[in-house]
Amino acid sequence: MIDFLNALVVLANFVLVPAIAYGSQLALGALGVTLIYGILRFSNFAHGDTMAMGTMGVIFATWWLQSLGVSFGPLPTALLALPFGIAFAIALTLGTDRLVYRFYRAQRAKPVILVIVSMGVMFIYNGLTRFIIGPGDQRFSDGERFIISAREFKQMTGLREGLAIKTTQGITLVTAIIVVIVLFWFLNRTRTGKSMRAYSDNEDLALLSGISPERVVMVTWLIVAALATIAGTLYGLDKSFKPFTYFQLLLPIFAAAIVGGLGNPLGAIAGGYLIAFSEVGITYAWKKVLRYLLPENLEPSTLMQLLGVEYKFAVSFALLVVVLLFRPTGIFKGKSV
Amino acid sequence: MIEVTDVVKQFGGFRAVDGATLRIKTGSITGLVGPNGAGKTTLFNVIAGALPPTSGRVRMDNEDITGLAPHVLFHKGLLRTFQIAHEFSSMTCRENLMMVPGHQSGETLWNAWFGRARIEQEEATLLKKADEVLEFLTISHLKDEKAGNLSGGQKKLLELGRTMMVDAKIVFLDEVGAGVNRTLLNTIGDAILRLNKERGYTFCMIEHDMDFIGRLCDPVIVMAEGRVLAEGTIDDIKANEQVIEAYLGTGLKNKAANA
Ligand SMILES: Nc1ncnc2c1ncn2[C@@H]1O[C@H](COP(=O)(O)OP(=O)(O)OP(=O)(O)O)[C@@H](O)[C@H]1O
Ligand SMILES: [Mg+2]
Repeated sequence: MIDFLNALVVLANFVLVPAIAYGSQLALGALGVTLIYGILRFSNFAHGDTMAMGTMGVIFATWWLQSLGVSFGPLPTALLALPFGIAFAIALTLGTDRLVYRFYRAQRAKPVILVIVSMGVMFIYNGLTRFIIGPGDQRFSDGERFIISAREFKQMTGLREGLAIKTTQGITLVTAIIVVIVLFWFLNRTRTGKSMRAYSDNEDLALLSGISPERVVMVTWLIVAALATIAGTLYGLDKSFKPFTYFQLLLPIFAAAIVGGLGNPLGAIAGGYLIAFSEVGITYAWKKVLRYLLPENLEPSTLMQLLGVEYKFAVSFALLVVVLLFRPTGIFKGKSV
Repeated sequence: MIEVTDVVKQFGGFRAVDGATLRIKTGSITGLVGPNGAGKTTLFNVIAGALPPTSGRVRMDNEDITGLAPHVLFHKGLLRTFQIAHEFSSMTCRENLMMVPGHQSGETLWNAWFGRARIEQEEATLLKKADEVLEFLTISHLKDEKAGNLSGGQKKLLELGRTMMVDAKIVFLDEVGAGVNRTLLNTIGDAILRLNKERGYTFCMIEHDMDFIGRLCDPVIVMAEGRVLAEGTIDDIKANEQVIEAYLGTGLKNKAANA
């Protein structure tokens, strides 16, 4: 029995807790991608770098607040800085839309062209981030590091294994839940949200119903900028901020959005967790869990790790390929890709 | 009044509408007929802002509306339905209709949070109206059905329903009657007449069913090969030799070439 509990704790500590936090971050990122796909009808390759830009805004605001001596008690100051980062990201996305995307919308450019355009935007954002904050690692989390540390947990329960939950992991989950509730309330209950859904469902008919496309597009960018900044900040708090990492996040985020069904918000969330659990589960060395569960003589001699951590992106990629082969519209029936 | 002057719409090298000129008088129910591929739908698309014309002008009550976007025209009171019915497939019929009046007070995020009372009142009004329209079209039993699941004919009714949700000035109907059974066709006909009489809607309707046209429309405009061929009462049209030839498919151009 104790062995079983120990195994469970190891599992929670190394797989469940990190995957839930990572999955929430991916889900928020994928929601942004899926909204752009549903409404502006293209795959926005600049999304990872939009996250980086927004997070950069949050980091600067955090430093500024810290220099003023403001703090948020046990919680990271970055949470207080979020509105500043979001405002910055909104200015950025709306500016980009005005300067770049609107031109191509007016031309009724094909989605493929918009994808390439978004790659250009991606390179520009990418360069700007590195130029402004530098390519290196930035740590900006402060406040209490753990909700519960491994040592405290062991003392509390008397188990041999410890379970550590970082403050940032707790914040990630709580924030993600709040954001998702607000987003769904908005999409399903408000007229603006409903007209966004209508526009995504049938653009021609939406126009004929008097819905203004420019307004829908603007509100979409507002929401996407906020989602990207929140997702990026949570990821940065949990791990660390490094522009290149955010660029790399594009793959698991797209995998999440596509696996869940592009254009479908519920799918983006499901996809986020699915990708996160697969990635963490497949790159985790299961030996430690199995040691508690199997009789001594069966104890595995290898690490029982399916793939090295350095291959974690291969997991998203493999899942993506499998889903596209067998269910091109994703789990939740998005628009076909 | 709608005035269409020398409208041309070219797709590649092909002129789907080739210099069409016509008028739709305020208060009329104007029929637009013609063989398949005559350019009727394309002309609707140009008038309703779905396609920019290659050349030519469209005016509404002496205002130039050429090339205005559909949502702008909507707010000017110009509505249209599609030949192939469109619907918000993931929403219920009732929600489909309630989407129509574009934006009202729900418009700002501020209102969405703080003006709930007013919005709820508006939603209640909309809901009542949507239910009346569904009742009128004899599809109230479908109000909570996802519009994507409706049959072709039912979708057509929903299309017509959309135009009844607001006070339109002029409505362009693209084959509302196609694929709808006789009884329902009569219902639709009655609806059109009532909207015309009681609410002052002007209609321009594309239709292939001559009896249906005869019952509702005066005048009737005939298009063939992208041009207006004739205009008059249904009896004039039926008696018109050129029209008969166009329908029989001899083709005007051949005739012109031979002459
Ligand atoms: N987007 C387009 N691109 C190229 N050709 C088009 C396009 N839309 C219509 N056409 C062509 O223009 C011509 C006129 O089409 P249109 O749909 O206007 O005919 P119609 O009079 O509505 O016919 P029907 O009675 O069959 O509905 C057709 O030959 C059609 O193939
Ligand atoms: Mg047609």
